[in-house]
Amino acid sequence: MKLTIKYFGMLAEITECTEETITFSEDTVSELLKMLLAKYPALEKKEFQVAQNQTLVSEDTQILNSEIVLLPPFAGG
Amino acid sequence: MSRYSRHIILKDIGIDGQNKLNQAKVLVIGAGGLGCPVLQYLAAAGIGHIGIIDFDIVEESNLQRQILYGTSNLGQQKAIAAKQRLSDLNNTITVEAFTEALTPQNALHYFSNYDIIVDGTDNFETRYLINDAAILTNKPIVYGAIYKFEGQVSVFNYNNGPSYRCLFPNPPSENDIPNCSEVGVLGILPGIIGTMQANEVIKIILGFKNVLSGKLYCYNSKTTQTFTIDIKKSTTEFEKVKSKRDYFEEQYYSKTCNLTVKEITIDEALQKENILFIDVRELNELPKANRLHHIKIPLSTIKQELHSIDKTKTIIMFCKSGMRSKKAVSILQEQDITNCYSIKNGITAIENYFKIHV
Repeated sequence: MKLTIKYFGMLAEITECTEETITFSEDTVSELLKMLLAKYPALEKKEFQVAQNQTLVSEDTQILNSEIVLLPPFAGG
Repeated sequence: MSRYSRHIILKDIGIDGQNKLNQAKVLVIGAGGLGCPVLQYLAAAGIGHIGIIDFDIVEESNLQRQILYGTSNLGQQKAIAAKQRLSDLNNTITVEAFTEALTPQNALHYFSNYDIIVDGTDNFETRYLINDAAILTNKPIVYGAIYKFEGQVSVFNYNNGPSYRCLFPNPPSENDIPNCSEVGVLGILPGIIGTMQANEVIKIILGFKNVLSGKLYCYNSKTTQTFTIDIKKSTTEFEKVKSKRDYFEEQYYSKTCNLTVKEITIDEALQKENILFIDVRELNELPKANRLHHIKIPLSTIKQELHSIDKTKTIIMFCKSGMRSKKAVSILQEQDITNCYSIKNGITAIENYFKIHV
């Protein structure tokens, strides 16, 4: 299936894009993360949460045909 | 009341609403990029009692975004300069300035005196400290955070809603995420995000229905895109924080944003019961702690020697100066051994104690 992945904050600097469409043939969030980490190894060191359809999900959540967001915490004030 | 006439003629505020604003007590932590607009709008809105915590001074590089301050404030304490400006902006309100850092030792006391806490800080240690202290004192937090051109806004711990730890349970590793002074930030961005925080404060005080609780609002000033994410409450995260209540004030937040390392003096240590003293210096280090009944487990081997430590005892560790023993405490705490302390100033303090108490 085609997934739209959005990258926020410093994650977009690693991926060099704020949004991309990828083809995903597996099942869960953890499998998606494995794929993204292989593509962008620098993501490994970053803390972030994953949201699907605007809700935070865990690693064992099933990926539906939808929009995925990778959301890092910001420190700045 | 002509000062508030534009509020009072609004049906959703009126005289009752304005009275609520005048009676509210709001504590703003950090009088920087986010704190400035929060403070300015809250003062103008007539929030009756505003507290400002900031230990920093006004620097020239702040003026690009912290528009509460002017050139004449350079070198002044931010909290003091902000208080002066706000008192001029609205001379009918009370503003208190606190020029110290927020710590686990003072946080619960500060929070207990206010209705709402505003997080305008610039580092993760303080953000997690604010979260935890707000849970322990049952206060809502109006959260804002920024990075370059992007901002986040939410309300935590409001009406049984989720907390910051429900959103980000795992604090970023040390040096992972830099702050504004290291990476830069669009000056207008904290103005937008801080103003949204002030708006949430007003909504909470007025009892509006759609407070930004259980949601994280994300804004990108470069693309004018916004995105809202639902956050679920994690009872586990709340319980973890509540379980620290008994020793909260004895500890410090480490770079991992968790409480670690209870430090005590040798006098305090000797008043504890069922003590096991451990010397974590290397075996050949001098002076020896002859007067103190203890065992020796060097820091370098403590991970392998955990099995030899009697966990039913109050474990009190020392080294030369108190640095290695703090590290040792954090190692034990990672293994869920929480009844452990580090002696301040180590063997030096112990020797001094026995010089006095012969």
